[in-house]
Amino acid sequence: MAADGAGAAAPIVGTTPDQIAEARDRRRHLLLLAPPAILLVFIFVYPVLGLLGQSVYKDGITLRFYQRLFAEPVYLDVLWLTFRTAATVTLLCLVLGYPLAYVLVGLPARLQRLLLIVVVLPFFVSLIVRTYAWMVLLGRLGLVNELLRKLSLIAEPLPLLYSTTGALIGMTYALLPFMVLTAFSVMKGIDGGLVRAAHSLGAGRWQAFRKIFLPLSMPGIAGGMILVFIMSLGFFITPRLMGGPSDLMIAMLIEHEVELTLNWPFASALAAVLLLVTLVGFFAYSRLVRLERMFEGTR
Amino acid sequence: MIGSEGQRTGLGTLALYGVAGLVLLLLIAPIVIVAIVSFSSAESLTFPPPGFSLRWYERFLALPGWRRALWVSVQVATITMVLATLLGLLASLALVRGRFRGKGIVYAFVLSPMIVPTIITAVALYFFFVRVVGTGSILAMAIGHTVLALPIVVMVIASTLQGFDSRLEMAAFSLGAGRLTTFRRITVPIIAPAVLSAGLFAFLTSFDELLIPLFLAGVEAETLSVRIWNSLLLEVDPMIAAVSTLFVVVTMLVLGISALLRRAGP
Repeated sequence: MAADGAGAAAPIVGTTPDQIAEARDRRRHLLLLAPPAILLVFIFVYPVLGLLGQSVYKDGITLRFYQRLFAEPVYLDVLWLTFRTAATVTLLCLVLGYPLAYVLVGLPARLQRLLLIVVVLPFFVSLIVRTYAWMVLLGRLGLVNELLRKLSLIAEPLPLLYSTTGALIGMTYALLPFMVLTAFSVMKGIDGGLVRAAHSLGAGRWQAFRKIFLPLSMPGIAGGMILVFIMSLGFFITPRLMGGPSDLMIAMLIEHEVELTLNWPFASALAAVLLLVTLVGFFAYSRLVRLERMFEGTR
Repeated sequence: MIGSEGQRTGLGTLALYGVAGLVLLLLIAPIVIVAIVSFSSAESLTFPPPGFSLRWYERFLALPGWRRALWVSVQVATITMVLATLLGLLASLALVRGRFRGKGIVYAFVLSPMIVPTIITAVALYFFFVRVVGTGSILAMAIGHTVLALPIVVMVIASTLQGFDSRLEMAAFSLGAGRLTTFRRITVPIIAPAVLSAGLFAFLTSFDELLIPLFLAGVEAETLSVRIWNSLLLEVDPMIAAVSTLFVVVTMLVLGISALLRRAGP
C-alpha cells in the first residue's frame, strides 16, 4: 500500500523502469475509465445534484420546501403511509421468502438450480408486466375472486384490486425475489456440519434450527429486510396501478408534483428525503451482506 | 444438507415444504396465467379461457400506435445496448485490471445508479433534459437507460474478467505479440460471451424500464412500456396480456441465450 502510494505521486515517476511502466499502466486504465465516468458525471451525478440544489434554492437558500413537507399533515400522512407500506411489505416478504430460501438451500444441486430459475425469472420480467398480471388475477371478476366464490367462501367479490391490499400484494410479489436471493446467499455459506453436530449432540430439528441455523442466517434476514424496505419506499408503478385512491406513497407524490402541480422544488425536496433514507439503508445493507463478494474487484 | 438423515419427516417439515412450494407457485403462476390468457378467444379475461385464438396478438399488430411504440422501444433498447456495453466494457477493464487508488470508491460510483431509486433518477433526468433537448428524444431516453444499464453490464463483465487468467496475456506478450494483438487474439475471445450477454441484459433493462420514458417520452415517442402504463391507468385491457407475453418472451430469450453463452465461455 505504501509503495503503491509513492508510485501514485506523479513527480517521482521515472526513477526506475518498473515505475515508469507502472505509471503508464495506471494512466492507460484511467483513460479507459474516462468515457463511462464522463457519462455518469454528466447524465447522472450532475442532474441528481441539480435536483438536490433545486430543493434548497429558490431566490436564495431556503429550507421552506422541507418545512412544508414536515409541517403539513397531508404530507406527513404520505410519509407515514410510505413507511407503513414498506414495513408491511418487508414483513410479508420475510414470512414468505425465508422458508423458501431455507428449503432451497437444502435441496440437491440440480433441483436447486432449476427452482432458483423460478425465483429469478419474475425478477427479470418487466415490473409493469408483473403488475398487470396481478391486476388480471385480482380484479372483481378475476381468478382469485372467482375461485373464492366457487368455493362459497365469499358472496360478493372482495375489493382486492384498487385497494391497499392490492398494493401490498403487488409490491410483495415484486420484491420477494430480493428477499429469497439475499437470504439464500447467506444460508448457502452456512456450514451444514454445524447443524449436523447439533443433531449428533442430541438437539432436535427445531432446536438445531433455532440455536444454530437461525442465528447464522441473521445477516441474510436483516440484509433482505433492509433491501426490501428501502426498495419499497421508492416504489411507484405497482402502488399507483394497484392501490386505492388514498394509497399515496412518496414516489407517487413526487410524480404528482412534477407533472401536475409543477412544483419542482417541492418535488426535489421529497426526492432528497427519499434518497437520504435509501442511501442510509443501502449502507447498512452493504455492511451486512458483502456485496463486493459477488463481483469482487476491490483488492 | 440441513436436515439430518435419521430424522423422520414430521408434520413441521411437511408444512415447511408446503409453504415453500406455494410461494414458488405464486412466483411463477401470474406470469404463466397471463401468457395463457393472452391466447384466449374470449372478449374478457376469464381463466381458464373458453377457447384459444390469436385475436389479441392480431389486434396488437393492427394498431399503428402500438406498432410504433414497439419500434420506439426497440430503437431505445438497441442504442442503450450499444452504449452501455461499450462504456461498461471500458469501465470493467479499468476496474479489474487497473491499479490505482480509490478503486473501491470508483466501483461504488459506477454501481450507484442501481442504488438510487429510479424515480429520482428519472425526475432528475427530466429536469435536465427538458432544459437541453425537450421531451420526445429517443437518444435522450437511451442515454438515460445507459446510466441504468451500466452497473449491470459492469457486474457481468467484471465477474468474468476476474476469473480470467492473465498469465495467458503474459504468455502472448512474451511470445512477441503487441498489446493490441494480445487484446484481439487472447482477451476478446475469452470475454466475448460475457460481453454479449451483458449487452443482452442492457437491452432487456431498457426494453422493460418504464420510469425514464414515462418522464422523457412526451407524446411523440412513447415506448411500449409507457403505452401499457397509459392503457392500464384507464382499464385492465385484455390486449395487454398479449403485449405482456411479448415481454416475457424477450426476457426468456435473453436469459436463455446468456445461459448458452456462459456454457460456451470459459
